Amino acid sequence: MIAAQPFSFTSLAAALVLVGLALLLSWRQHLDIEKEMGFACIRAFVQLMAIGYVINLILRADRPVYVVLMVAAMLGFAAATSARRARPLPGALLLAVVAIGGSTLVTLGLMLALGIIPSGARYVIPIAGMIVGNSMNVASVTAVRLVQDAGDRRPQIEAALALGASPRQCTADIIRRSVRLAMVPVIDSTKTMGIVFLPGAMTGMILAGADPLQAVRLQVVVVFMLLAAVSLTATIVSLLAPGRLFTPQQQLRRLENGA
Amino acid sequence: MGYALRVEAHLQPRIAVEGLTFEVGRDTQAPRRIVDDVSFSVAPGGVFTVLGPSGSGKSTLLRCLDRLVEPSAGRVLLDGRDASELPVQELRRRVGMVFQTAALFDGNVLDNVLYGPRLRGDRAERAAGDADAAHAQAEGLLRRVGLPAAFCDKPVTELSGGEAQRVSLARALANEPEVLLLDEPTAALDPTASQVIEDLLLQLAADSDLTFVFVTHNLAQARRIGDHGLLLVDGRVVDQGPLPAFLDDPALETTRLFVEGRLQSGAACALPGAAPPEAAP
Repeated sequence: MIAAQPFSFTSLAAALVLVGLALLLSWRQHLDIEKEMGFACIRAFVQLMAIGYVINLILRADRPVYVVLMVAAMLGFAAATSARRARPLPGALLLAVVAIGGSTLVTLGLMLALGIIPSGARYVIPIAGMIVGNSMNVASVTAVRLVQDAGDRRPQIEAALALGASPRQCTADIIRRSVRLAMVPVIDSTKTMGIVFLPGAMTGMILAGADPLQAVRLQVVVVFMLLAAVSLTATIVSLLAPGRLFTPQQQLRRLENGA
Repeated sequence: MGYALRVEAHLQPRIAVEGLTFEVGRDTQAPRRIVDDVSFSVAPGGVFTVLGPSGSGKSTLLRCLDRLVEPSAGRVLLDGRDASELPVQELRRRVGMVFQTAALFDGNVLDNVLYGPRLRGDRAERAAGDADAAHAQAEGLLRRVGLPAAFCDKPVTELSGGEAQRVSLARALANEPEVLLLDEPTAALDPTASQVIEDLLLQLAADSDLTFVFVTHNLAQARRIGDHGLLLVDGRVVDQGPLPAFLDDPALETTRLFVEGRLQSGAACALPGAAPPEAAP
């Protein structure tokens, strides 16, 4: 046994064996993704170490302004990532900021107001991270799917326009579809939670030595919170996106399918 | 403007187009005019045919009339009023469009046919919760396009190409438009179905005061359906006049080439007044 102490740097080094295994498999199967995989691992390590130190500092300082700055930074990165996915959509960045930011503010605000979580940095930062991350995925999937459907269903959309439909009326169908599609993973993981997989927050608490029943209660809160957050994100995207698929004269824009 | 407006003695044209231009790539090095300074007018009840080889800008011209694309220059007048001043949804209600493909919505025939009226909520059904009224309205529209009442409840996935196109015609008629734009409505159909649509259009033209702008590359069809028409090549009007006369006895070389099926789009040298000296005498 090399790694005597859990999650020490020694155990981290030992875990490189797992990366080595993945690299070996990729090399043997000529997948040609070794470089990318290796780079991703290094990046993950550096980013996580950095954020670890940052969170450490913030927890010690325990000043609200640092918490706000941290959440704002997470939002910024998430919005930029999501906007890159939804690039053909004009104003994608603003849309992502409003959708992800709006859902984070409302969900986090409710949790604080209802006293579900205390207001310390120790709670707000990880919770905000989960909300922002999931909202980002939903915003991206919704927007990408919308752009694609708007292209695929162009004849029907233009036929509806030609009959006098408003942009919102003639995209009601594709919006419904893209919102549902984006929410399916969250709903499915909610349904199968505890059976198919043990979710991250709970796993983390158990690994850190907490009482499993307490961990479960936290996880239930997280699940409910994520449902609210992704619903909000998808709703905001679906409210704002139609305006961007069309010109002010209610003509369907030609967007190349990026993503 | 190179072409005089053709206005009937005392009638204001139902739809008139003045210097209409649609340009793409305006912010690039090589802007291209898809529709270039096109003018024509159609009297109420008229059937105006836009002819031209494929790629000549016919469909884009038609889409400008319904403002599905925004013209770069020029005007469209509807009953003498600048169409760009109308709320775009009102314009599209008054100027209907039938496309090359039926582009039906998911659902059944009734849902498609009543789409327009339902948008504006002007159906008895919504107020009274009366499905019968909707059925009656849809059946009436289907009758106009020669389809039996039983079609109302048919899913659109069960329709043949010709039936689907008739449903899309009924869907456009449901809005009671003043002008109907037809973008090669028979191009995707077999000859029999095509003939049915053509007969329907002739009958509609005879029975109603609907005004048609009909895009086709099919000469025989243009001769049978249109009363006036123009020939569009590379976005520009090269000839226009009453049908079938202007096709039967072409005054211009370009028109003659088109009638003989020897005109390709992009053949800019065939345009009168174009740069090369060997242009038509």
